[in-house]
Amino acid sequence: MRIQRTIKYEADRVRGFAKEIMGVSGCEQLQSCIQCGTCSGTCPLSIYMDFSPRQVMALVRADFKHEVLRSHTVWLCASCYACTVECPRQIRITDIMYALKQRAIKEGIYPKRFPIPILAKEFSEMVRSKGRITETLLVMRLFLKANWRAVLSSWRLGLGLIRTGRFVIRHERIERRAELATMLDAAGNGQVKPKEAA
Amino acid sequence: MKYTYFPGCSLKGLGRAYEESLLPVMRHLGVELAELDDWNCCGATAYMSVDEAKAGVLAARNLAIAEKAGPYDLLTPCSACYLVLNKTKHNITDFPEIRDTIHRALRSANLAYTGNTQVRHPLDVLVHDVGLDAIKSRVVRPLKGLKVAPYYGCQVVRPYSTFDDAWNPTTMDRLLAALGADVVPFPLKTKCCGGSLTGTVPEAGLRLTYILLKEAVRRGADVIATICPLCQFNLDAYHDQIDRRWGRTRIATVYFTQLMGLTFGFSPKQLGLNRNFVPMNPLATEPKAMAQRSQSVRGAP
Repeated sequence: MRIQRTIKYEADRVRGFAKEIMGVSGCEQLQSCIQCGTCSGTCPLSIYMDFSPRQVMALVRADFKHEVLRSHTVWLCASCYACTVECPRQIRITDIMYALKQRAIKEGIYPKRFPIPILAKEFSEMVRSKGRITETLLVMRLFLKANWRAVLSSWRLGLGLIRTGRFVIRHERIERRAELATMLDAAGNGQVKPKEAA
Repeated sequence: MKYTYFPGCSLKGLGRAYEESLLPVMRHLGVELAELDDWNCCGATAYMSVDEAKAGVLAARNLAIAEKAGPYDLLTPCSACYLVLNKTKHNITDFPEIRDTIHRALRSANLAYTGNTQVRHPLDVLVHDVGLDAIKSRVVRPLKGLKVAPYYGCQVVRPYSTFDDAWNPTTMDRLLAALGADVVPFPLKTKCCGGSLTGTVPEAGLRLTYILLKEAVRRGADVIATICPLCQFNLDAYHDQIDRRWGRTRIATVYFTQLMGLTFGFSPKQLGLNRNFVPMNPLATEPKAMAQRSQSVRGAP
């Protein structure tokens, strides 16, 4: 049996993390969280999470950056917005999950070989270069990067898509790809913050 | 009645049966659609996970091109596109810093967006602009006796919907009733289908899909009607994996526009119904059987 410390030291916190996340547009309301747990109760995926959404709110507010960014919770959020609509303090919980995902990708500290962040990155690269997504090609790229064995277990699905004429192998793309690239470059990188918080 | 049409990537790929049914149904009702010039991916949930600024710019390029096309609403059938475009509209209004970033990016491509173009879902347009009476007057083969579970999914009704309730929407219920269907009460109508988790984390994603299918079967539905390409794919394409995990749960899931097309007299093939993994019961789609069924229903006490 491996003995592990289960209670955090104050020194495990990363000072300023809560302020940074609350500084992202739409995440300001986090400070008014009353820890009622409505988000965890409405979340259809909380039963699979290592930290419940309520716990994530508490961890972010208490500066436990590494714990939050390494968790599966932010990646299991499917963006159904149930928590956001129900929150009695009007906290945009889904948007906070997005802010955490962006941070985790930027710092590269998401769970290794976990397919969801890999999908997000492959998706964004395909959009940047083609302007559109070709779903079947995207899924094949995901399988190659995350879990090539999944190709084998999904052969039936692939055959079904071919049979029903939905397996697209020609890249969908827009005409004015240079225009889109210019715009994406002009946007700059990362999270948009109000001037006073930057 | 004229709209600019934003198909989104899914309606050209996995969800092409949605477009194949939407276009003839709209034309049949006298609604004119012009596809948005050189539209790009809305960014969906995935781009938002990577870069907030660029995700907003992706959506805004479409809004700006739509505004240039004229004073028409932007018809957006895919739930993810509907949410992202509406969210970006809200963000431009609510957050000056996001507005500045987006305007800077648009200017770099000589584009502009003033916020005038409205983003509308076909369900909203059909029920509120075209109207149930006009739709009813076109019905030649009512769905009499067909038990339909209306499934809305999450992102059309939450949190930016402009036309229905976040938990108990009724627009599609009313539309299906106008088509003559027997609408099954379906309390899971806005519960998440699992989204892309069905592919990435099947343990969690497929369970959510299974719960929806199981509940529709338990309530005696013949078919599930949906308004979202990802919901349709999840509820239709994973039956073999779901069967292996939790036992056989067979029910077809079709687009609400396909059901509309059937009542207008289009053939199943014209509406892309041949693209389903789990086909709709032929009894439900054959004109002769439909006529017979409506006879027997009328004769029943």
